[in-house]
Amino acid sequence: MEKFEIIRTGAVPMPIENIDTDQIIPARFLKATSREGFGENLFRDWRYDSKGEPKQDFVLNNSRYRGQVLLAGKNFGCGSSREHAAWAIYDAGFRVVVSSYFADIFRGNALNNGLLPLQVTDEVLQRLFALVAADPQTEFVVNLPEQELCLPASGERIPFEIDPYKKECLIKGYDDIDFLVSQKEAITAYESTRAWTY
Amino acid sequence: MKKTLFDKIWEAHVVRSIAGGLDVFYIDRHLIHEVTSPQAFDELEARNLPLYNPAQIVATADHNVPTRNQHLPIQDQLSRFQVDKLTSNCEKYGVELFGLGHPNQGIVHVIGPELGITQPGMTIVCGDSHTSTHGAFGAIAFGIGTSQVAQVMATQCLLLSRPRKMRISVEGELRKGVTAKDLILYVIAKLGTGGATGYFVEYAGSAIRSLSMEGRMTVCNMSIEMGARGGMIAPDETTYTYLKGRPHAPQGERWEQALAYWSTLYTEEGAEFDAELHFDAADIAPMITYGTNPGMGIAINSTIPASVPASEAASFDKSLQYMGFVPGESLLGKEVNYVFIGSCTNSRIEDLRQVAEYVKGKQKAGHVEAIIVPGSKQVELQARQEGLDRLLADAGFELREPGCSACLAMNEDKIPAGAYCVSTSNRNFEGRQGPGSRTLLASPLVAAITAVEGKIVDITQYLN
Repeated sequence: MEKFEIIRTGAVPMPIENIDTDQIIPARFLKATSREGFGENLFRDWRYDSKGEPKQDFVLNNSRYRGQVLLAGKNFGCGSSREHAAWAIYDAGFRVVVSSYFADIFRGNALNNGLLPLQVTDEVLQRLFALVAADPQTEFVVNLPEQELCLPASGERIPFEIDPYKKECLIKGYDDIDFLVSQKEAITAYESTRAWTY
Repeated sequence: MKKTLFDKIWEAHVVRSIAGGLDVFYIDRHLIHEVTSPQAFDELEARNLPLYNPAQIVATADHNVPTRNQHLPIQDQLSRFQVDKLTSNCEKYGVELFGLGHPNQGIVHVIGPELGITQPGMTIVCGDSHTSTHGAFGAIAFGIGTSQVAQVMATQCLLLSRPRKMRISVEGELRKGVTAKDLILYVIAKLGTGGATGYFVEYAGSAIRSLSMEGRMTVCNMSIEMGARGGMIAPDETTYTYLKGRPHAPQGERWEQALAYWSTLYTEEGAEFDAELHFDAADIAPMITYGTNPGMGIAINSTIPASVPASEAASFDKSLQYMGFVPGESLLGKEVNYVFIGSCTNSRIEDLRQVAEYVKGKQKAGHVEAIIVPGSKQVELQARQEGLDRLLADAGFELREPGCSACLAMNEDKIPAGAYCVSTSNRNFEGRQGPGSRTLLASPLVAAITAVEGKIVDITQYLN
């Protein structure tokens, strides 16, 4: 996993609620057996028409919006557990998704891939949408060590929560598997003392 | 402190707690399939890690398999490659595989229970969000991502924070024509598609207790559709009767010991939940969805909401535009061209029986294509043994071979763009059943009646 650095970037706004992982990456693109290349089909059916032509009204096809922050409506990533959704977003160049809440499985998948699910309040989210609508060049600084989303134009600093262990993993580029493998002794000890085994 | 069913099972699986509220959490059974496992096997390889214990994993091919001519090589090259990859990975690591052609093959959430692999008190994971299905047996079961699939393969554990607890109680008797599917669509419509995010749900109350195991599985299956991490129901006589004698269930003396343990798995009087909801079974009508998330459901004879709060208006309008509906209208009379009966939600023998019973001696409407995809080879076999295949064929329904099929349209079973499909599956997301497809989620009974009438009807008028 890549280390998560402080990011200074623009945002791509998608003010739609309940964006499910079938929209992020449709099932027909899940036939690959590697983790690479899913970015090409990110939001495939919103982004391209049935002939494969870019839909002009979709934000990813609008060159005014650029950046590593995806700004999305509440309950982002609901539905299928496909980690391909996190891979596709990351592969397309995003490092942060900002929403007012995330579906649980997507949140975990994002964190396991160096993609930061940054949760803000509904009120803040609406304000961020308004800022980006007014000025597509609006700059964001995502400072993970300080747990702040900063808006350089106004100097505003919006704090966010993250599990301390997950924060450290992101910053150092570690994932859970490294930690779990180090717990092997405790796991075998647990197995030998269980009251009921299957 | 009084404990809930969830507390008891969770606490029995904590290997150790680490700072920050995370638990090293032990997994008893790991189910895998062809779509979300290849990258996990690759990860083991890349890190040079052995598989912790192959005996705790069961594999099947379901998401990406054809539902016709399963004895022939898979036509789609990418699908074939993915299924072959599962086979070679299972051979290499010594994992039991119920692959295409195997008498136990089927949808992962159908075969686990029917083989007795799923048992009360277990922790069960799978790289599939509908793993919550297994909670019907009083297990903690939930979907995970592929990175976590690799973690369980490598260590039999996950690193988790304990979710909050919600209890949803449904009391009373369900009305005629109202099934487990209607019950859960009703609950999801009340909570909304994200209403239980962060929670693990226990379903309780007399209406839940009176459901069959198939019905309980349907309810727990859709827990994820309101955002819940999982759903569960305390085991009881219904559970034990279902499990007894199944191939992987405990036998003989071990069965008695298991019963003694399982009977301790219930929520104690006075145990606390972070959220409690109560519903009256009598309020539930046959349901159908009109929008593009499973929370957008209504009683079949009522109308689409005329308006929603301003903050939700853009998403609501987008959804209705996709579906070709307008706010405030009724769905009754809408012509339907496709009916899909299948998926891990409703493809079990009880579902097929219900459909066959209704369509017996009737004929589907000429303009409707009605397909039934059984959840497993066992379900298919049983349907044939009971003669359901004949009843269904006589009514113009096509009984296919098992798989996930048109629930997510990874194989060739797709609904054409713009067409309406009444589906017994679990998701009505845009394009879920094929690009541009329009899905209306409903029970097998509603699906059967729709196929015969060729349009959405008030099914309560069609029941004897």
